[in-house]
Amino acid sequence: MYVAVKGGEKAIENAHAWLAEERRGSTDVAELSLAQIREQLSLAVNRVMAEGSLFDPDLAALAIKQARGDLIEAIFLIRAYRTTLPRFGYSEPVETGEMACDRRISATFKDAPGGQVLGPTFDYTHRLLDFKLAADGGVPAAPEGAALEERTPHITGFLKGEDIIQDEAASDTTPGDLTREPMEFPANRPLRLQSLTRGDEGFVLGMAYSTQRGYARNHAFVGELRIGKVAVEMEIPELGFAIEIGEVDLTECETVNQFKGSKTEPPQFSRGYGLVFGQSERKSIAMALVDRALRWEELGEDNLGAPAQDEEFVLSHSDNIQATGFLEHIKLPHYVDFQSELELVRKLRREAEERITPKEAAE
Amino acid sequence: MAAQIQFSGGFQNAPVDAAHAFRAAMTVMARPGEIRRLTGSEPPAPLSVAAGTLLLTLCDPETKVHLAGATDTYTVRKWLTFHTGAPFVPASEADFAVGTWDALGPLNAYRIGTPEYPDRSATLIVEGDRLHQRNAVLKGPGIKDVAHLSLPDIGAMQANAALYPLGCDFFFTSGDQIAALPRSTHIRAEG
Amino acid sequence: MTDQTEFATAARKEWMGLLARAPEDAVMELWDMVPDHPAFDWLRSPEIGGVMVRGRTGGTGAPFNLGEMTVTRCSVVLKDGTVGHGYVQGRSKPKAQAAALLDAMMQTSAAGRIRAKVIDPLKQQISATKTTRAAKAAATKVEFFTMVRGED
Repeated sequence: MYVAVKGGEKAIENAHAWLAEERRGSTDVAELSLAQIREQLSLAVNRVMAEGSLFDPDLAALAIKQARGDLIEAIFLIRAYRTTLPRFGYSEPVETGEMACDRRISATFKDAPGGQVLGPTFDYTHRLLDFKLAADGGVPAAPEGAALEERTPHITGFLKGEDIIQDEAASDTTPGDLTREPMEFPANRPLRLQSLTRGDEGFVLGMAYSTQRGYARNHAFVGELRIGKVAVEMEIPELGFAIEIGEVDLTECETVNQFKGSKTEPPQFSRGYGLVFGQSERKSIAMALVDRALRWEELGEDNLGAPAQDEEFVLSHSDNIQATGFLEHIKLPHYVDFQSELELVRKLRREAEERITPKEAAE
Repeated sequence: MAAQIQFSGGFQNAPVDAAHAFRAAMTVMARPGEIRRLTGSEPPAPLSVAAGTLLLTLCDPETKVHLAGATDTYTVRKWLTFHTGAPFVPASEADFAVGTWDALGPLNAYRIGTPEYPDRSATLIVEGDRLHQRNAVLKGPGIKDVAHLSLPDIGAMQANAALYPLGCDFFFTSGDQIAALPRSTHIRAEG
Repeated sequence: MTDQTEFATAARKEWMGLLARAPEDAVMELWDMVPDHPAFDWLRSPEIGGVMVRGRTGGTGAPFNLGEMTVTRCSVVLKDGTVGHGYVQGRSKPKAQAAALLDAMMQTSAAGRIRAKVIDPLKQQISATKTTRAAKAAATKVEFFTMVRGED
């Protein structure tokens, strides 16, 4: 039962004031600028954009500053802000095959056209703390090679020629939008992908890891991972044609999965797909693995009862704003609720004691 | 058509104008029978000022609009597209429909919602003659005792109210006048 | 005639896209150096909104909604009746206004001047940034060496 109570205004006001002061920290230390956060904590900014579901690096930087670095709180701020924006429309689907790649690797084809481009990766670092950064963050300019003008084709395209990989036929079906219509189950693949790309990185990672450890194992290889900029085009009704309205940084992961065939499909490679705002490599690989696990039904596989195959379980629990909202609300006052619980437990205790006491008296 | 007609006649100050218009629309829907003035836009003919202003206030790229009868002109389409981005659809898919009562046609062409989502229904903007507080007698939520409003077709509105909680909702517009009739209102003929 | 129209559309798409993507500072700096900012009326004053960006399943399949991006748009009309639209990434109203005015001017006799003073320099700046990134990426491309095999 909910009962409205009043009071605490002064306490709340003072708590907010102290929060602001704590957020600022010691005034002996220079204040962080949004540009500093945007440029130097860019992977945090990327995560806030991906899970906040809004591409705007400056806003994400502001949210991180305001949230004192609590990324889920920052994502909450971005989600709240995005609901205030009028929706101008929907873009044309982005052409990731036209991406200007900063990084592009394949774990399946060593000599893929376009090559293995490592980009700014942590992969081959030794994970040793670099104490030089504590003193001075100056870095020499990165070396430059001869920039290639040609486009980098999708690696799965090469398998398609051999007809040995499941096809992703293009369509112009208008996808559902879970920010507009509440999700209903069973959800189709476009809705699942929308839910996963804005899902909590930790949750999606855990789910993906569970498939690797044997809960609905699907033998994934990273066919391709690419990070870079893609132009966004939108049809402008008053112009009557589409124009570029900007560009976004994206991470795309395509897994190719060994597939022995099923009742309905021949042996071939099946696919999982991850596409995430920003440089968000871990998230996009995890998304691709979970996407693949959720496709068991369309591929005619058995339901092994694994958590990652259960779309209701995965999609209902992947959103960290939903989760944290429900989780954290239990710390808010439940005085009246608890009073009734207290009365109930006291009564049960009394009754239990009364049942025991007469027996003792009789002995 | 000069390019200007397509682009002009919108809100001068969209956030403020739309907020005023929304307040008026909400008030008449909350108090069936009340007639208010609604201005702020200069729509192309044959849309009334009230209907044009209401469309600018309520529509965006995600609300499907049906232009019934004479309202379906090239100019009206261009004007609404620039100012709202709303897509145009047949009656059966509409979130909003605008036109005279005769042009809007039988009510069973429109969406009435589902038991889980009664809001997935059409709102009809009925253009017509000057509005008066007489003719139909209204009772129900938002009405203290009884209210009166000139309705185009009492029988059809009664049948719609009988579908409650499903059904359509109505705005009536004429010049700069606006009134409304939600599905929750009980209607009988005066007399 | 059709070729002419298509050519004009392609040219307009190019400069509108350029103005949408270019950093605010770069646009404003070049715009401020244009000596004769024309008088205009608003058809739609600048407003900030969101556009839902879509991807395709598997990169080539059915569309899905990826997430939104911020966009600012406005429309202007010059005194001679030329209409200009600005659709730019981000939340800068001054940039949207400059983009709409530049779009309008590019349709008038000022086009040659604006192209030389604003559009071409912007294009060069963006292309230089892009080339630098591509060059850095190229430097991280792996060159494989086949090691001596262990057989015989």
